[in-house]
Amino acid sequence: MSSLVLRQGLVVGETTHEVGDVLVIDGRIAAVGDVGEVPTGTKEIDASGCWLGPGLVDLHTHLREPGREEAETIESGAFAGAVGGFTALVAMPNTEPALDNVALVSYVLDRGARTPLDIAVAGAITVGRQGEMLAPIAEMAALGVRLFTDDGIGVQNPSLMRRALTYARPLGVRLAQHCEDEQLANGGSMNEGAVSSRLGLVGRPALAEELMVLRDIELVRLTGGAVHFLHLSTARSVAMVVQAREEGLPVTFEVAPHHFTFDETACDGFDPLFKVHPPLRPARDVHAIREALRSGLVDAVATDHAPHAPELKDLPFDEAPAGMLGLEHVASLTYEALGASPGTAHLFFTLLSRGPARVAQLRNSDARVRHSGHGGAVVAGEDANLVVFDPHQQWTAHSATLQSRAMNSPYDGRELVGKVRATIAKGQLVVNDGVLV
Amino acid sequence: MTNSIRGGNLLSLDGVTREAIIEVLDTAESFVEVNRRSIKKVPALKGRVVASLFFEESTRTRLSFETAAKRLSADVLSLAVASSSVKKGESLRDTIATIDALGIDAVVMRHQSSGAALQVSRYVPHVRVINAGDGLHQHPTQGLLDAFTVRQVLAERHGTTGVESGAELFDGLRVLIVGDIRHSRVARSDIAAYTALGAQVHVAAPGTLLPEDIENWPVTVVDDFEDALQWADVVGLLRLQRERGSGSFVPSLGEFTTTYGLTVERARLLRPSTVVMHPGPMIRGVEIDSRVADLPASIIERQVANGVPIRMAVLYLTVAGSKEEVVS
Repeated sequence: MSSLVLRQGLVVGETTHEVGDVLVIDGRIAAVGDVGEVPTGTKEIDASGCWLGPGLVDLHTHLREPGREEAETIESGAFAGAVGGFTALVAMPNTEPALDNVALVSYVLDRGARTPLDIAVAGAITVGRQGEMLAPIAEMAALGVRLFTDDGIGVQNPSLMRRALTYARPLGVRLAQHCEDEQLANGGSMNEGAVSSRLGLVGRPALAEELMVLRDIELVRLTGGAVHFLHLSTARSVAMVVQAREEGLPVTFEVAPHHFTFDETACDGFDPLFKVHPPLRPARDVHAIREALRSGLVDAVATDHAPHAPELKDLPFDEAPAGMLGLEHVASLTYEALGASPGTAHLFFTLLSRGPARVAQLRNSDARVRHSGHGGAVVAGEDANLVVFDPHQQWTAHSATLQSRAMNSPYDGRELVGKVRATIAKGQLVVNDGVLV
Repeated sequence: MTNSIRGGNLLSLDGVTREAIIEVLDTAESFVEVNRRSIKKVPALKGRVVASLFFEESTRTRLSFETAAKRLSADVLSLAVASSSVKKGESLRDTIATIDALGIDAVVMRHQSSGAALQVSRYVPHVRVINAGDGLHQHPTQGLLDAFTVRQVLAERHGTTGVESGAELFDGLRVLIVGDIRHSRVARSDIAAYTALGAQVHVAAPGTLLPEDIENWPVTVVDDFEDALQWADVVGLLRLQRERGSGSFVPSLGEFTTTYGLTVERARLLRPSTVVMHPGPMIRGVEIDSRVADLPASIIERQVANGVPIRMAVLYLTVAGSKEEVVS
C-alpha cells in the first residue's frame, strides 16, 4: 500500500474551493477535506498557500519519438511534463515515421506506459500525414485513440477533410486541425505584416489560418463531425470558432502559451527560437487571445511543445524548423495571462486540466490504453492525478535546467509568477518541491 | 538609432541616422582620392584581418569589399563557400567559429537568408560584422554607395564638394525607385538611406512587387509611372529577383518591360538633369533598355567605381573605429 497526504491546500473542485487535505491511497483519492487519521507511513506534503487541483493535461505535445530522439523522447517529455504539472500528455503524430497505424500507436502507448504519466496518442488523419489518403482511423480508434490530426500541417484538401469528418463521426472521435492554408502561407517564416516586410522575411498571413478555420467550421456544419482547432492565433479565428460553438456545432479550440505571451516583434532579432507555425501575431491578436482566456471562452491551453535539436535552431531564420518548448512554463504563463490573480483558480484548472481532458476524452480511465482518469473534480474515489501549484512563488526560467532534452525555450531568463510545487500522477509523487522525485 | 557606425557592426541602415550616414560618405570622399593615386594603399588597417564570407553569388560586392580591405592594408581571408565544409552540412555557427579561431577582426558576409549577418554577430560578438546583403532584408553598403554617388554627381553640378554639401543636396530631392521593391534588399537599404538624408522617395511597381504593407513605408507609391519619370530627379532601377521567385509575381518579363521597363521611349520623358541608377547586375532588355543604360544620364558605372571607397570607409570606421587615425 502506498499513501500520501497533501495538507492544507486550496482544493479547487469544479465549482467549489475550500482549504483542506487530500489523502491518496493506492492511486486513488481516498478522502478530501478533513481526512482524519492517515495510515502509518503516509508521506506528508505541505500544500498550504497553494492550489490543489487536478493534474494538468496537455492536448498538444511533440514527443519526437520515434525518429527525433536527439530532440526529445517519450520519457524525457514525460519528465518535462511532470515538472510542468502535467499528469497526461497527448503525443502528436508528426514523428518519423508518422503515427498513422496501430503498430506505431501501440509502440508509443507502450513506451508511454513506462513513464510516470499517462501518454495518450493523437493518430494521423492521413497516411504519412501526406494529406492524400485516409489513415486507418477506425483501427486506431479501436485501440483507444480519441483524437486525430496531421498537425504540423493541416489537411489541405477540403474534399479529403470532408471525407475524414464523415468517416470519423460515427466512431466518436474528434479531428484536430492545424489551420493554415499552406499555399497562402507561401512557405513564410513569420507573420505577414509590417515586421516581416521590414525584416525581409516571407510572411504567413493571418488569412491563411482564418480561411481554413472558416472552411472547417463549414465542413463541421455539413458533416456533423467534431473538430478541435489547434493553436488558434488570431482574434478572428477565435471569434469564428466561439460563434460556431454557440450555434451548437461540435467545435472546440485551444490556444498556445507563446501566442498569448509574445507578439510578432519578438522576431525582430531573427532569433529562430521565436519561429513557430502559426506564427507570433501582432499585439492586437495577443490581446484578443488574453481577453478570450480571461472571459472563459477558451476550451484549453495547449503547449504545442516542440523540441528541436540545438543545431537546427542555429540555422538562419527562414531555414530553421518552427516550434518552441512549452511544457515546463505553461502553468506560470497561463497564470500570468489570467492576471496573476489568486481568484482565477477555477479558470486555471478549466484551461489546463478539465477543458483539455474533456476534448481528449481523458476524463475517465480506459483499460485498453491503461490510462487513468484526468481533469476530475478532486473528490474521493477518483484516480489520483493531482497538481500543487503555488500562485505566489516568483522564479526565473532557465533553459539550461530544463527536463526536456531540447533547449529551444523562448522563455529563458523570463521572470515568472506561480510555480508547480508537486505533481502526483497515478497516485505517485513524481515532482516534489518543483523537482523530480 | 545609430548615430555612428564607428567601432560597431553594419547590419542594416534601418535606424541609422543622417549624421552616421554623412560620416560614412565624408570618410569615403577621402578614400576616393586614395583610389586615384598610383599607389592605392593606406596603412589604416595594417595587421587587421578581414574575412570575406559569401554564401551567395556576387561579383561586384565581393570584389569591391576585398579590394577595399586590401587598399586599407588589411589581410583578407576569403572563404569560397562552394568548396568549404558548408557544402558538407556545417552549420553557420560552426563555420563562423572556425574562421574566428584563425583570428579575425571583421567578417564581410553575404547570405541568402534574411537576418543571417545579425545571427552571426551574436555568435562572434568580438568580431565586427558587415552585412554584404542578407536575403530580402538589407544591403547597407549598396544604400550608402547609392547615396554617395548621388551626392557626388549633384555636388559636381553645383560646383561644390560632397563633404561641403553635407546632406543639403538631398533636401526635397525626388527619388523614384522602380521595380521589384518587394524582394529587394537594395530597395530597403536605399529607402532607409535616402529618407534619413531628407529625400522624398517614391516607388513605382506592379502591385505584386510592392511589399504587402507598403502604406507603412516612408514612401509614396506613384500612380502614373510615366508621369513620375517627368519629375523624378533620380531614377533607381532594380533587378527582377527571379531567384527569389519574383518571376511568378508578374505574368512575364515581357509584360514587366512593357509596363515598368525603362525603355528608350520612356527615357525620352526624363528631364536632362535626371540621373538613372542601377545596383547591378543589370538585365538589359528587361528593366532597362541597353541603349538607355549607356546614356550619359546613366551613372551606373560610377556606382560600381564608388563601391570601393564606400567599403573602405565602412571597414575603416567599423574596424579601426577611432577618430585619430588618418587616411594620408
